[in-house]
Amino acid sequence: MIDKFIATAQAALADVPDGATVMIGGFGGAGMPSELIDALIARGAKQLTVVSNNAGSADAGLAALIAAKCVRKIICSFPRQTDSWHFDKAYRAGELELELVPQGTLAERIRAAGAGIGAFYTPTAFGTKLAEGKETRRIGERDYVLEYPIHADYALIKADRADRWGNLTYRMTARNFGPIMAAAAQCTVAQVRETVPLGALDPEAVVTPGIFVQRVVRIAPLRKAA
Amino acid sequence: MKKLDRKQIAARLARDIPDGAYVNLGIGLPTLVAEHLPKDREIVLHSENGVLGIGPRPAKGMEDGDLVNAGKQPVTLLAGGAFFHHADSFGMIRGRHLDYCVLGAFQVSVAGDLANWHTGAPDAIPAVGGAMDLAAGAKHVLVMMEHLTKDGKSKIVERCTYPLTGARCVNRIYTDLAVIDVKADGLHVVEIVGGLSFEELQRLTGVALKYREPVAQ
Repeated sequence: MIDKFIATAQAALADVPDGATVMIGGFGGAGMPSELIDALIARGAKQLTVVSNNAGSADAGLAALIAAKCVRKIICSFPRQTDSWHFDKAYRAGELELELVPQGTLAERIRAAGAGIGAFYTPTAFGTKLAEGKETRRIGERDYVLEYPIHADYALIKADRADRWGNLTYRMTARNFGPIMAAAAQCTVAQVRETVPLGALDPEAVVTPGIFVQRVVRIAPLRKAA
Repeated sequence: MKKLDRKQIAARLARDIPDGAYVNLGIGLPTLVAEHLPKDREIVLHSENGVLGIGPRPAKGMEDGDLVNAGKQPVTLLAGGAFFHHADSFGMIRGRHLDYCVLGAFQVSVAGDLANWHTGAPDAIPAVGGAMDLAAGAKHVLVMMEHLTKDGKSKIVERCTYPLTGARCVNRIYTDLAVIDVKADGLHVVEIVGGLSFEELQRLTGVALKYREPVAQ
């Protein structure tokens, strides 16, 4: 029998070792697996490489992970926010390595990892600082930059509904990096709003099939104050 | 001469977006274009974070944290809208499916090089987001910016001194002073703001401009 449901976020991340590469879904707050990040901080693994679009904002989530000095390197497209003070401080202090990647190249490198692609040529960033030192090739009339996949040990993502096989649906723009990160990691942990019995998800509506998901934790949404 | 304000630049640009176009509006100044798109045209707005068919800003209290644009501002979805993941979203951009993107700029060169992500300052924290993908992938790259920097220097330059977002990618520039096409043989002035002569625009811009005086009707 397959049962990917795990009782708590802490239990789902209990084996994350020091030095792991961890993908974290979300675009701003949408799709951000906040409770899983809290559990990762509680787990206390250090020297992590984090792959995420942003580098945290304000004092919670990824920003708190950085503040807790768990992160050695971050691979992202847009670290600078008006409230990214924890990243800014660690970066300026030289405590944090940054690999800045154009957002579409970041997405495609993650997708490539999950799809078993060895490398790919993209026109993005050709002739810019972010392509310096990279192999390039002219194909037809255009110039391209060679980019390699980004694999991860863990992916922490937020979805909407899940069954015990790990099939996932998402809600609106909270989908963002979830499906591609799920495929790119050895162990994908999804936090979901609701778990449902097998067969309750419309197979036509499943966005991430369970083959890409190893662990599912239900996190009941906070009830809004009246 | 009366410079256009930001809303007027947005409105001028919006007039050039045709019915049926798929369009990405960059964060910041370009976002203003959405409010000026002609109501009689169906124009589908794309956002990098996986949405086509963005509607107007939600009413106060109706915001949904799961429905945001690339600037992470709450938006609404029009009937006919769709969601998709990030790799598909950038496939739309890179795969030349997007008709127009509108980007802000620090500098644009005579050759159409765009600099808009990094000032090059040694202590600056770099952030690129989707700008390089949009510059490389959209069928038409439109730039919207003030013509001059705060200290009066032209942002249209012979060569960009800031790090590039994309090389030879800009098709048209909309500023508070003029609309200018970037073509293989140089910069062609399409329109000048009322009360400004071509000679004065040329003097402020610094780099060579071409202009054909409109024939009086």
